[in-house]
Amino acid sequence: MRAIKALLPLLFIAACGKENGNQSATASSTAQSGGSVDLTGAGATFPYPIYSKWFSDYAKATGVKINYQSIGSGGGIRQLSEQTVDFGASDSPMSDAEMAGAKGGPIIHVPTVLGADVVTYNLSGVTTGLKLTPQVIADIFSGRITKWNDSRITSLNPTLSLPGVDMLVVHRSDGSGTTYIFTDYLSKAVPAWNASVGKGKEVKWPVGLGAKGNEGVAGQVKQTPGAIGYIELAYAKQNNLPTAAIRNKSGSFISPSVQAVTAAAAATAQALPANTDYRLSIVDAPGADSYPISSFTWILLYQHQRDATKGKKLLDFLNWALTTGESEASSLDYAPLPTEMAAKVRARLGTVDFASQ
Amino acid sequence: MTAIPADSAPKDRRRLAVHRVEIGDRIYEILTTACALVVPALVTAIAIAIFAAAWPALTKLSASIITSSDWDVGAGRFGAAPALFGTIVSSAVALVIATPLAIGVAIFLSEFSPRWLRQPVGFLVDLLAAVPSVVYGLWGIFVLIPMLREHVMPFLRDTLHLGATPFFSGAAYGPSMLAAGVILAIMALPYISAVSREVLLAVPRSQREAALALGATRWEMIRDAVVPYAKSGIIGGIMLGLGRALGETMAVTMVIGNRPEISASLFAPGYTMASLIANEFSEATSDLHLSALMAVGAVLFIITLIVNAIARWLVWQVSRERAI
Repeated sequence: MRAIKALLPLLFIAACGKENGNQSATASSTAQSGGSVDLTGAGATFPYPIYSKWFSDYAKATGVKINYQSIGSGGGIRQLSEQTVDFGASDSPMSDAEMAGAKGGPIIHVPTVLGADVVTYNLSGVTTGLKLTPQVIADIFSGRITKWNDSRITSLNPTLSLPGVDMLVVHRSDGSGTTYIFTDYLSKAVPAWNASVGKGKEVKWPVGLGAKGNEGVAGQVKQTPGAIGYIELAYAKQNNLPTAAIRNKSGSFISPSVQAVTAAAAATAQALPANTDYRLSIVDAPGADSYPISSFTWILLYQHQRDATKGKKLLDFLNWALTTGESEASSLDYAPLPTEMAAKVRARLGTVDFASQ
Repeated sequence: MTAIPADSAPKDRRRLAVHRVEIGDRIYEILTTACALVVPALVTAIAIAIFAAAWPALTKLSASIITSSDWDVGAGRFGAAPALFGTIVSSAVALVIATPLAIGVAIFLSEFSPRWLRQPVGFLVDLLAAVPSVVYGLWGIFVLIPMLREHVMPFLRDTLHLGATPFFSGAAYGPSMLAAGVILAIMALPYISAVSREVLLAVPRSQREAALALGATRWEMIRDAVVPYAKSGIIGGIMLGLGRALGETMAVTMVIGNRPEISASLFAPGYTMASLIANEFSEATSDLHLSALMAVGAVLFIITLIVNAIARWLVWQVSRERAI
């Protein structure tokens, strides 16, 4: 105990030292750019951790400062449509109607990283190895399976001893890209779900409790024996939550991981036409190693940039993000784009033009 | 220093003082008038902004926004009846729990408490109002809900056999109308108790002495002389607490279960209007969805106006009774 007390001041000094180091780094980048913000963006909260790391690293490397407000995908799309920000960010692609309503003309979707939803659960004695099919997930989330020892689950998991407890479905109460990906997946993989509940950032759930945010769903699931819910992969990994392996289109059960998510993108990318606008859903992707509940998140920008200086800065940043930035993604549990796809997206960025001044 | 005639000096000084006060009065008057006008202007501006934004939904959906229970964003149907129901029920539950408790605290502090205890207890009760609502929400998730699920709900339902009534039946998951009501009760309590305590302390000593002189016991004195005298103030405090409960968002969203359904059981999850707006506003993209959320805000605005009007009327009624 005494030894710990003696060490405490040392730790404190070490922490201060680190702090000072950061400050001087920030100070030097401020000096380079003159302290003003060069680009502003707004949108999705899901990729905010990786984006803010990118913006900070990019500012250190080049001095270009980017101010990003994580106000939600809906807000990002609205602000871009009103031209109050230089770029938007969204977890779901813009609809044709939204694209038509944008004041600045055609919009380019730039996929940046990938995320995934996992199915997490609370069963005493079962912390790993649960296997589910899309049909079973749809039956659970629409209230047709209510007990954990239902034969439709036990037949998939003959090695697990599943208790006969009631299920409690927990879903997101706030509108979110996480819900969009989850319902998009069920709509695509299970026709009956598509006909009854459908997909969206918020849907009319047939059963269950709504909790706010990933932390709300995870907290409710952790507390309630028999609960099941869906959350983001990154959140589940950082909090060591149990996750179910899900049967993909080619019939293999895949546990969620960064590699399996990138594999889903790669498998989808192979079948893409050359002129794709990247507004694509990769849920229920083909490929033996693909995790099926995966999705891109996008940065949105106008094809015709009004301000040439800003437009060039934005393109430089996006090119950096799609090369150097991608290599940082997995450190924060985001899946990077497949390499050949990142190259194709960069080629597409070449179609952006600038107003002559 | 010039010589001033001895007799004129006091007179001059007085005129100077009066002159200064006049300028001060003018400035003070202008400042207070400005303050008094800014606030109503702000409220009117907010009301206009809300109703203007809600107008497309109000014209398109008309009364169905408060009569229908079908809230389905994808299908473009916006019926907020469950949220309206939840707002009213959770606030009512809160008042049922908080009012007796708060008035009890206030009576103890003003009538029975030893002087040394009054300050610390009063301070701690007031402190409840200073706790951020997200902290109440977290406390609700990690302490209150497990306690309700494992002890309180089984006790009410099975031990007291209240499960036979529709109000305490069904599965006890934890997040529920009851959890929201309890959280709101704790949040409304300091408002009710602080106001009640102050008005009870303000009851004139003569009122108490008169009752005691007529042979009243201490309890009779409080019941017949002190509380009736302070009644209008106490009602004002209750309405202040109700206002707090109606508008509370964060803590309720975290514990109510966010399920847009009307259920008689307090064990069932519910929804409130404030939670609905907080949950869906940031990701709402369609114009009708945004407008429908603003319409829900407008309904909430009207309800708080009605509550305040009722409070005014009650206070007025009570003070008129006393005058007669």
